[in-house]
Amino acid sequence: MRPSLAELQRHVAAAVMQPLTQRETMRQRNASGISNAETAAQWIKPNDRLSSFERLEIYNRQYWFRVFASFEEDFPGLQAVLGRRRFQALMRAYLEANPSTSFSLRNLGRNLEAWTRTNLQFVEPYAALALDMLRLEWAHIESFDMAAVPSLQPEALGEVDEATRIGLQPHVMLLALQHDVDNALIALQRDAGSSNSSVNNAASARVVRRVRSLSGVQQQELFLAVHRWQDTVYYKRITREDFQLLRAIRGGSTLMESIEAAFAGSTLQDEARAAYLQSAFQHWMAMGWLCPAQEAAC
Amino acid sequence: MPANRFNGYTEYGVGIGLRIPHYRHILQEKPVVDWFEIISENYMVDGGRPLTVLDQILEQYRVVQHGVSMYFGSAEPLNREHLKRLKQLVRRTGTPWLSDHLCWGSVDGRYTHDLLPMPYTFEAAQWTAEKIRQVQDFVEVPVAVENVSSYAEYHVSEMTEWEFLNEVVERADCGILLDVNNIYVSSQNHSFDARTYVDAVPAERVAQIHIAGHSKFEKYILDTHDHPVLDPVWALYARAIERCGPTATLLEWDDNIPTFDEVHAEALKANRYLLQAAPEQVELEAVR
Repeated sequence: MRPSLAELQRHVAAAVMQPLTQRETMRQRNASGISNAETAAQWIKPNDRLSSFERLEIYNRQYWFRVFASFEEDFPGLQAVLGRRRFQALMRAYLEANPSTSFSLRNLGRNLEAWTRTNLQFVEPYAALALDMLRLEWAHIESFDMAAVPSLQPEALGEVDEATRIGLQPHVMLLALQHDVDNALIALQRDAGSSNSSVNNAASARVVRRVRSLSGVQQQELFLAVHRWQDTVYYKRITREDFQLLRAIRGGSTLMESIEAAFAGSTLQDEARAAYLQSAFQHWMAMGWLCPAQEAAC
Repeated sequence: MPANRFNGYTEYGVGIGLRIPHYRHILQEKPVVDWFEIISENYMVDGGRPLTVLDQILEQYRVVQHGVSMYFGSAEPLNREHLKRLKQLVRRTGTPWLSDHLCWGSVDGRYTHDLLPMPYTFEAAQWTAEKIRQVQDFVEVPVAVENVSSYAEYHVSEMTEWEFLNEVVERADCGILLDVNNIYVSSQNHSFDARTYVDAVPAERVAQIHIAGHSKFEKYILDTHDHPVLDPVWALYARAIERCGPTATLLEWDDNIPTFDEVHAEALKANRYLLQAAPEQVELEAVR
């Protein structure tokens, strides 16, 4: 009986998306031990120059070249932390476990942090630094093209009370880190968002990127707001109080609850807190970070 | 013939693909270009530089959307989020038509990000045509489907690629984005006569034509879009223009991208053929 369209596509996609060998050729057998030559022969016609296996292998290689290139472009900092060999192992394992579920390659790395936390063997002995770096790189991708909604206008502040909820711009990403990875990543010259640039051409060969090395990364508690200003992504160092306050605002807390959250564990003197709050809100308003709660939720 | 219901009754000339390395040049120098083709997926975002640049381009130029991951031929329902974002972009750009590929590329919600060839069966044609109709109804602009380059053929196929294309576009009542480079690449990989393909296409449905360069390997040709257009492709283009009339033409250059001027100069070579097909009209376009 003729196979259905769905059946054909499941078999071919499984072959196309199966991992390559270390030499980046198609494996002789799939994960279930079934011969790929037999699978290819079942679905694909040979021609006078290429066997069924070789024709299927073109797509198998193209698939991986494409996702490898996208992932490497999105996480140069992580590659610099881990070095080429470790990074390649992590990338292959991650992409095997997390094939793209989005129409855009921009989202390829969205599960990386969660996956890495449960697969620390790929980032040891640099786990803390690697996690900091990949979180910053993902925040950069998010901030690059997340929405900028209408900001909270100064006149709206007149109507604010303790029970008011306000919002935080979707493109502002908040990070609490253990290393000063911000300067290191800037040094690696990030100037774009994700590699999401979708194209419809084939790659003639796998692009080999130069692995940059990191220098001078120090262990330190660091709070960052990754945000966009005039279409450029910036990493702004913020205080613990800023981080806790902004995180509470993002979480939907009232202003009073957010202010309480800001000073939890704070060493800021009581008499300095009012001035701090005035200055912080003034700055965030000027940056356009605050917005009506309903806008942030959109 | 070139202005038809599949390209919104427009008379576009020679365009080029809008690519990031050329942003600065285009925005600063404002070169005279008839139109730009954008890859829809690169602008289906919520904000930031991609949309800022697009809006600036839209102030000066006409833009047509080209997609790479709608996967009309995938045996799964359309992605509603994708459709919703696509329609938002259509409203932003005012594209008179939009295109995507006659291929599949996702299974059970997993994306290959590749343009995988269809099995040329009646079942696949019916399924694919239905999905094209759904997209067309949803986005409310004409849809043109593009023939892809391919490196494999299936045992189950019941017809030739061009017969399949015709079957799909008739059932969907949609347009064709005829990629003559893709026809050439596939003709070499599958040993068929490229001109037979071009001659079999219903000329009245051709909304747009793609030209591009490719790379030749020992046993096959890859559609790499990293070279100037080669002579056999120009010959196919000439034949397509002869049959279809002066049709909106777009040069794709996606890898090893040279300067804007080099890409544009390569694209404008198409005018040699367009002038022969309708000299007065093309001269007017050039003056404008």
